[in-house]
Amino acid sequence: MGTGPRTLFEKIWDEHVVAEEPGAPAVLAVDLHLVHEVTSPQAFTGLRQRGLRVRRPERTVATADHSVPTHSRSLPILDQMAANQVGQLTANCGEFGIPLHGLGSPNQGIVHVIGPELGLTQPGMTIVCGDSHTSTHGAFGALAFGIGTSEVEMVLATQCLLQRRPLTYEVRVDGRVSPGVSAKDIILALIARIGVSGGNGHVFEYTGEAIGALTMEQRLTICNMSIEAGGRAGLIAPDDTTFEYLHGRRHAPQGGAWDEALARWRLLPTDPGARYDRTVTIDASQLEPMVTYGTNPGMGIPISGRIPDPETATDPGQRRALAHALEYMDLRPGEPILGRKVDVVFIGSCTNGRISDLRQAASVLRDRRVADGVRVMVVPGSEEVKKQADREGLGEIFRAAGAEWREAGCSMCIAMNGDQLTPGQYAISTSNRNFEGRQGKGGRSFLASPLTAAASALTGVVTDPRTLPGIDVPSVMGVG
Amino acid sequence: MAEPFQTFTSRMIPLPAENVDTDQIVPARYLKVTDKDGLAEALFHDWRFAEDGRTKDPPFVLDRPEMADRRILLAGDNFGSGSSREHAPWALVAWGIRAILSTGFADIFRSNALKNGLLPITVEPGRHRQLFELSSADPNAELTVELDSQVVHLPGDEDLPFEVDPFAKVMLLAGTDELGYLLGRLADIDAWDASHPARIDTRLGTPA
Repeated sequence: MGTGPRTLFEKIWDEHVVAEEPGAPAVLAVDLHLVHEVTSPQAFTGLRQRGLRVRRPERTVATADHSVPTHSRSLPILDQMAANQVGQLTANCGEFGIPLHGLGSPNQGIVHVIGPELGLTQPGMTIVCGDSHTSTHGAFGALAFGIGTSEVEMVLATQCLLQRRPLTYEVRVDGRVSPGVSAKDIILALIARIGVSGGNGHVFEYTGEAIGALTMEQRLTICNMSIEAGGRAGLIAPDDTTFEYLHGRRHAPQGGAWDEALARWRLLPTDPGARYDRTVTIDASQLEPMVTYGTNPGMGIPISGRIPDPETATDPGQRRALAHALEYMDLRPGEPILGRKVDVVFIGSCTNGRISDLRQAASVLRDRRVADGVRVMVVPGSEEVKKQADREGLGEIFRAAGAEWREAGCSMCIAMNGDQLTPGQYAISTSNRNFEGRQGKGGRSFLASPLTAAASALTGVVTDPRTLPGIDVPSVMGVG
Repeated sequence: MAEPFQTFTSRMIPLPAENVDTDQIVPARYLKVTDKDGLAEALFHDWRFAEDGRTKDPPFVLDRPEMADRRILLAGDNFGSGSSREHAPWALVAWGIRAILSTGFADIFRSNALKNGLLPITVEPGRHRQLFELSSADPNAELTVELDSQVVHLPGDEDLPFEVDPFAKVMLLAGTDELGYLLGRLADIDAWDASHPARIDTRLGTPA
C-alpha cells in the first residue's frame, strides 16, 4: 500500500486486507454480513458438515425477504417450499446465534433496505451478502458486494473472504437533474451508456455535483444498480448527507463514539490527485426520465425516444441480442416507448421501495384513480417503511387510488413468492431487472422510476410524469 | 467440494446468445430449494419448456439428442450476468457442463463457477467467432480442455491458450476449496481482529 493519494475504494480495501500471499488473493475482513433465506441454507449445511461455528454472529444479521408472501402477515405461507426455506433460516439463526429480523418482526424487510434503516450500514465498512444488490450499501461509502453461497459459508466460518483487488471506475455525474428526473434515471442512463458488462472487474465510485446533491435514499438507488452495469460494487463518498441520515439510528455510534467515527469517516473520501483506472462522465442536466424496452437493464432509452433498430447495431452480437429482445418484448424498431400499454405497475424493491420512493409515487397518485384494468402493486421495502408510509397517510392514498398496498418483501422484483406477471403481460416496474421471465414466466418488464411508474398507473400506458396535467413533479433534491 | 479438474475431451454445445443472465440459467422460482440437488431440471428451464411443461418444439439446444453428453458450452458474449445465485453453476455442473467458452463472464458468476469445478474460459472476440464457425461447420468437432497447461486443443493441432487465476487453478486441479485455505489463516485473522475494534454489534436490540 502506497502513501500517495488514494481513492475511497483503496482506503477501505487497504484497511481490510488481513493477509496477502504471493499468488493468492487477499484475505479480506468483513465488517457486516447480511444473510437471507435463499442463498444461505446450503452454507449452513456446509458448516454443519465440517463441524464449524459462526465466527462472528454479532457481525451477522439475517432477514427473510425473497420468498416471503406480501399478503397479510396473519396468513400462513402457503407455498410449502418457501415456508420450509423461511423455517430453515429461523432454525439456522437459532442454532448459530445469529440475530434474525424474521417474518412478523417490526424490522423485517428487504435486506438492503433494513441495513441502512437500522444504521448497520456505515462508512468505511466492508459489507457482503449472498445477493448481487449488496452494492446498494456503497451509498454510505462502504465497500459492499454480492457473493455466492460458497462465500457465504466462508464468511460465516471465518468472517473473511478471498478476493482479488478489483479495478476502479469513476462515474462522474455533472450538473443537476431537472424536475421529474430521479436517481433511477441517472443509473439507467449510465447502464444504457456503458452496457451490462461495462463495469465488469471494476468498482464504481459515483462523483460529481449531481451525486452530491442527492438524498441518501436516492444515492442508495444509484449504488443498488451498479451490478446491472457489471460493477463489483458502487461507492459514494460519505458527506454531511450521509452523517445526518445515520445519526441517531439504532446501530449508529452514540455519544463520544459518534464523534470518533465522524473524524474517521471524514478521512474516507478520495484524495485529490488519486487515479481511477477508468472514468465516464454523464451530464445530469441533459437527462430525461429513462425507460427500458428490452431484456437487460442496458436496453434503456429516454422516455421520448424510440425503440432502436437492430439493423443499426454495428456489432453482430449486439444485433442478435437486440433482435432477440424485441421479439421477446413484442416491440418493433422505430416505435415510441411512450403510450405502450401496461397491464401491471410494480412500485417497490431494494431499488425503489424506500419511503421517499413511496412519497414520490403518492405525489402522483394522490386524489386520482389508477386506469381501469391495470393492476398496481405498491410493496414497501420494509415493515418500518410501511409503518412510516401509513403514518404519513400514503397507504391510504394508494388504496384510495385503487392500488394494492402490500407487506414488505422482494415481491414481484424476483417473483419467487407468487407475486408475478402472467405470460405476455407488460409491467412498468421500479425494480432493477427486466430479464426474460424475471417478474413471472413470459412476463415483460419496462424498468422506470417511481414517478414514471405512478404516472403510467394513472393512464395504463407508459407515461412521462412531466406531462401529466395538474401534477407538479417533485425535484429529487427536495424529496427526502 | 468439487472433484479434481481433469483434462477432458468433448464436443461443444453452441449457445449463440449474448448476456445470458442467471435468471435464464436458473429461473428464480427454482431457488426455493435448501440443498443443491435436482437443479439439472431447472437449467435453462424457460428456454427449454413450453407453458404446458413439454419440451419446446424445436427443442432448445440442450435438449437435442446429440448434445446429451457434451460438457463444453460455447456461449455468446458476457455470460452469467445478474444475480449472485450459485444455483447457476450448480445447475450447469449437475447437467454435466465442465467448461464455458465466452468473450467474458460476469464477476460473481465467474467466482461461483470456479468454486464448483466449472471452468470459465475467456476467448478474444476473433477466436470466439471462429469457434462458432467451427461449431456450425463441424458440429462434431472435438475440443480438449487442459487446465494444467491452460490450453484448449482444437481440431487440426490448433491450440487456444487461455488465462486463469493461478490460485483458482491450484484449487481446481486439487479439487479443494477456499475455505480450507482461509481456515489455515486463522492466526492472521485473529491478529487483524485484535487490532480492529468491531464497528457494530448486530445483536443490539434484537432477540437472537
